[in-house]
Parts: sequence; structure tokens; C-alpha cells
Amino acid sequence: METRQMSTRLIKHGTLVPDTWVLVKSPDELESLEKLTGQDLIVPLPYWLTERQSIESRKGQTAVWLNSNEIPESIAGYLDRLPLVALNFPEFKDGRPYSSARELRQRWGYQGEIRAVGDVLRDQLFFMKRCGFDAFLLREDQNPDAALTAFHDFQDAYQPGITQPLPLFRRR
Amino acid sequence: MMPRSKLISQTESKQKIMYRYDQYDHQMLADRIAQFRDQTRRFLEGQLSDAEFLPLRLQNGLYVQRLAPMLRVAIPYGMLSSVQMRKLAFIADHFDKGYGHLTTRQNIQFNWPALADVPDILAHLADVEMHAIQTSGNCIRNTTTDQFAGVAVDEVEDARAYCEIIRQWSTFHPEFAFLPRKFKIAVCGTRQDQAATQVHDIGLYLLKNEHNQIGFRVLVGGGLGRTPVIGSEIKAFLPQEHLLTYLDAILRVYNREGRRDNKYKARIKILVKETGVSDFRDKVEREWMLLKDGPLTLTSTEVERCRAFFHDPQYKSIPSHSNELETALNTDVLFSAWYEQNISEHKKPGHAIVTVCVKKTGFAPGDLDSDQMRFIADLSDRYSFGEMRITHTQNLVLADVEKSQLYNLWKDLKTRDLEADNLGLLSDMICCPGGDFCSLANAKSIPVAEAIQRRFSASQLREIGQLSLNISGCMNACGHHHVGNIGILGVDKKGEEYFQISLGGSADHNTALGKIVGPSFSQEEVPDVIEKIVTVYQQHKASGESFLHTYNRLGMEPFKEALYGNKADEHQTD
Repeated sequence: METRQMSTRLIKHGTLVPDTWVLVKSPDELESLEKLTGQDLIVPLPYWLTERQSIESRKGQTAVWLNSNEIPESIAGYLDRLPLVALNFPEFKDGRPYSSARELRQRWGYQGEIRAVGDVLRDQLFFMKRCGFDAFLLREDQNPDAALTAFHDFQDAYQPGITQPLPLFRRR
Repeated sequence: MMPRSKLISQTESKQKIMYRYDQYDHQMLADRIAQFRDQTRRFLEGQLSDAEFLPLRLQNGLYVQRLAPMLRVAIPYGMLSSVQMRKLAFIADHFDKGYGHLTTRQNIQFNWPALADVPDILAHLADVEMHAIQTSGNCIRNTTTDQFAGVAVDEVEDARAYCEIIRQWSTFHPEFAFLPRKFKIAVCGTRQDQAATQVHDIGLYLLKNEHNQIGFRVLVGGGLGRTPVIGSEIKAFLPQEHLLTYLDAILRVYNREGRRDNKYKARIKILVKETGVSDFRDKVEREWMLLKDGPLTLTSTEVERCRAFFHDPQYKSIPSHSNELETALNTDVLFSAWYEQNISEHKKPGHAIVTVCVKKTGFAPGDLDSDQMRFIADLSDRYSFGEMRITHTQNLVLADVEKSQLYNLWKDLKTRDLEADNLGLLSDMICCPGGDFCSLANAKSIPVAEAIQRRFSASQLREIGQLSLNISGCMNACGHHHVGNIGILGVDKKGEEYFQISLGGSADHNTALGKIVGPSFSQEEVPDVIEKIVTVYQQHKASGESFLHTYNRLGMEPFKEALYGNKADEHQTD
């Protein structure tokens, strides 16, 4: 994943929206911070943990992304100043970000945007949403219009989720 | 055949003894089928890659096997109505080659459907409240239980309502659809565990505490496969209302921390071992504190709603002694032999639990053809309230038969080759489909099973008595070889099929893993080997002593001696 800004692959609030954030995959891309002044950046967790102060002193918002093996607890103390946390799916079969999203919402009460990035495919969107993701940066080859229909794959669900906190058995 | 009107009225009566779908359950299945139909279409049109379609089809029970796709249909906790069984027969005839295979997870597999037909098959299944959801893939699989749930003598509590509660919780659980590896849960409420509960990722034993409250003893990290492990207790008593929040907590720890770098180390048993039981328990407790008493806490309304589906059928009030039965036992030796072996005690006087052993020599263990399916469905209507169960040992149970009807039932079974009287005997083997069908297998297990069956006569088998023999065609252990009194494992030795023998396994409340006896044998040698093992047992057993007990008393040596003589030490163990 190279640094990029695409406007057509981001789903928020059930529609395709322009993406104002730049996802910084590797710290190498941040060599010249000046060039990125004024730009909203999503930076890798290790970089953010060590270089937080310098990057935040820059003009523009800063958010952080966690890989699937990185745990939300590592940013728990800073959540109130993070407008966005991105969770990366290195491959779609890696199910850890689902738990990370629920943990951010349930354990840490995070209210900001949780964005799915990486191997984000149509057939997993419904699960992601129920786990607390509210923004979805689709993989490049995905058909964005088809992806929008995925949120309606099921009319209901047995379990509680972030979008419906009551399990079906408390509603049926 | 019975008149149609009678069939229908008995079908209706089963509504009280099985879970029935409401509009939510039906909608969930309808949505699933539409979703899978679209996914299959996109795959066939090249919009979904093999790799992307793979977990989607697996979570709908669809494998691509050696010869054709294989569809595994869930039979939740092994319960099946006659209507459902007839539908399986219909599917076998219309989409397969006229038969199905019962599995060790109380499921049924079809080995020959066409990929493009699968959405239609799922729609047929949905008509009778069945599905193939999560019967494979790295997700929570079909929950299993003891096939005598609800009818066993001295049952602690009927496990089926809890299995249904777990089925719903685990179906499309958004957080746990992409676990490190497959995940199996068993619930047992009977005194004599027939569900192999201790070799599940989570094993739940129903208990009552001193205040008569229902709860669970929770075991975690059991499993077979390459690294067989007996589950460890992480909770001595979990009150029933906390069942789902606690399961959620275990699964979350596993989903986050289970290994994903190596498929063979990805099961929860490895995580529990590497973490240590005590630390693992602490991690679960920490997650649980967040969820405990939250919305997922079971309400008494929900527990009662689910329990109400599993009420007793309307048993007749009849004496425990049956003259008809007595007369038949005294006059028909073959019936009497079947009765001795295949009938278990029922909680209600005058009733019996019948196990129809699907292990007749010459037929692949667990295979049922569509005529047999329809026939058993009819028998269940006639004799057992239109309901039957699948066992993890790949047999069928008619759970509620009046004793006075047993002789008639047996005569009916005989007309379709279903009167095998070898239940629990050496020839009643658990056997995976093996290399004849499965692309994972190292060896063909079905011919080995048949060769062993042919080696022993019926009277020899009865003389040998209760002895479990389990065969797996590879170390994935679908045939549960680790927990057979005698276990047989197919291994590959430089391209040749060999078989490794283990002794002393057991899958009941005192679960034990078998120990490998020594170097493996060729396929031709296996029947001799089994015969030698049995001979050692018969030479040393005390009167009435079981194989397992005798083995535990004697140890491995005399068996080793009989199989290898003094040469055992010269061989390299596999």
C-alpha cells in the first residue's frame, strides 16, 4: 500500500464520500514532513508512539492505524485526541481487527471514526459494521456500488453488536 | 406405509419436541441463501477469486474434494425430524448419487453436488429449517451433544436448549467469522458422556450446584488432530445466565491471541498450552468482566423459551414390563442379540432408546442411501414421534420407542439391511471417508474398516464385547482415532499407505488418549494386527473385564510383544 489519496473507495454513513486523509503505510514516506503540512495523516502505530509530538505540532490532523497484531490498549490513553483510528486487514482472513474494533468501542468507549483499511472486501462489510467500524476504505479492485448493498445482506442478527446493542432474544 | 393423515398429525406433534423456527430464524436463512447465491454467481463470473470465495463457501459447508464438491449439512446437536430426513433423501436423489454420509460432528455430507446447484440445495434445506452454515471454515462449528439428551436415565439436565442457544449466538457472529482455526463446542448433560466433550475446543458439562441452580463446568483447549489434548477446566461452575458472555470472552481471547502463523498450531489448545491454563483463565476473566451482566446475559424468558421446545413427547403411561417383548426375546435369538446390543434404558417406564447401527459389513461406515433415509423417517413416524438423532459415532437413534413395539421395529429394520446388531462392538467403528473421497487423507480408511469387519464373526464380536475402534485416514483425526480403545491412523510412508495403531483411548467422562504401540503396518497386515490385539485381551481379561480396563491393568508390553515379538526395539517408531 503506497501513500495515496483516493476519493471513490471510501464508504461512510452508507454512502461513498471523498477521502480527506492520507494513509501513511511506512514511516519512510514521512521523511519530509514539510511537504505534508496541512494534510490530514493516518500514521503507523510505532511511528506515532515515538514521534507523536513532532507530527502533532504540524498543521493538519493526525490519526493512527493499527495493524492486526497491534492492540487497542496501546493507544487507550490517547483516544480522546484521536479523531480517527484505522484498523488494517493485512488479509481479509485475518479476523483480529473485528475484536480490536469491538474493544475500542466497548472497553475504551471510543466515539471517533473506526476505519477499515487494507484487504477490505464487499463480503465482510456487514460483519465489520456490526463490530463498530463506521468507515470502510475498499480495496482498489472492489466495485464501490456493489459494496454499498452489502450492508443490507441480512435484515437482523442474533448477537448484540455496536449497531444494535440488544441480542435478538431480548427483542423477539 | 401408514396413511398420509396419520403422518401429518404425527409431524405436527413433533413441534413440541424440537426447536421450531420463527420469522426471524426463517429470515436469517433466506438472507443467507440470497447472499450465497450472489457470491456463487460472482465466483462463477470470475469476480471473486478462488482465495476470496474459499472461506465464503466453506462457511456454507462447501468443500472442493478429490472428485467433486462436498456439501456438509448441519444437523444441529444431531436432532432430525422425519420431514427433514425425507428432505435429505430428496437432496441425495436430485443433487447427489442417492446417498449421504453421517459424520462425527452429527452432520451429514453429500459427496457429489455441483457447485452451481448449491444455492438451490440450501433453499431446499431452508424449507425444512435446515442449513449448512458454519459446517466448515475457521469459525464456530455445529454444536454437538449426547444423542440421548432428554431421554437418558439420570440426566443432569437436557443439553439441547443450551445447544440451540449456542447455535443462535454462534450463527453469523460478526466478531468470530475469521478465527485462527475451526472451533468446536460440545454440551453434555448426561451422566455417561457420549459426546466426546473433553476433546472439544470448549466442552460444557451441565451441573446443578447446592442451590439447585443450573450451570456449566467449562473445559477449554481439548481437541484431536495432530496434537491431541484433553480440555482443561477453567471454570468449575458457570451459572447458566452467563453462558454466552463467557463464551464471547473465551472466543475474543482466542481470536486476538491464537496463532495465525502456522495452521497446525492455530487451534485454541495450543494457545492454552503456550499461555498456561491459569494465565489463560485470567485473560478470559478480564474480558468477561467487561461483558458480564451486559445485554448478552441470558434472560430467564429466553432460557424458558428454548427449553419449551424440548418438552417430552406425549408418552403413554405404560408398565415397564412388556409381555410382547418378553415373548419375542425368548423365541427369536437374532432379535434377542440385537436387543442386547442396540437398546438402551429410557427414562420413562415401558420405553426404550434404539440405536440403529449404520455399520453393516460391506457398507461404508456412516453411509445411508436415500431409500434408507426415507425408510427411517417412516419408522420414526411410526415408532418414535417423528424424530431421530445422529450420533457422533455415525449411527442413528430412535429415542422414544415403546418396548412392546421393539420386535416390530426390528423386523422392519431387517427389510432394509438396518438390523446390524454390533452397536458398541469392535465392528461398530468410527471411520472417516478417507482417501476414497477426501483430498487431505494419506490413506483409504473404508477398505481397512471393511477388512476388519470381515475378519470377525458375529459371535466372536459378542464374545469380545464393548470395544471402540476408530479409524482416521490422516492426522486431522476426523475418525477420532486418538480416543478409540484401538485407534488406527493412516500415514504416508514414501508414497505407500501405512497404518499406525494406538491403544487405550477413550472418549467418555474419563477421556484418555491412546498410545502408539509401535511401527506402522501395511493395509494387508491390519486385520491380523487387530486379531492379535484382541487375542491378548481375551487371554488376560478377568471375567467381565472390558478391553480398556484390561489394557490399563496390563500396560502396553504384552500387546507389543504379540505384535512385534522381540523385534520391536529394532524398528524406528514413526
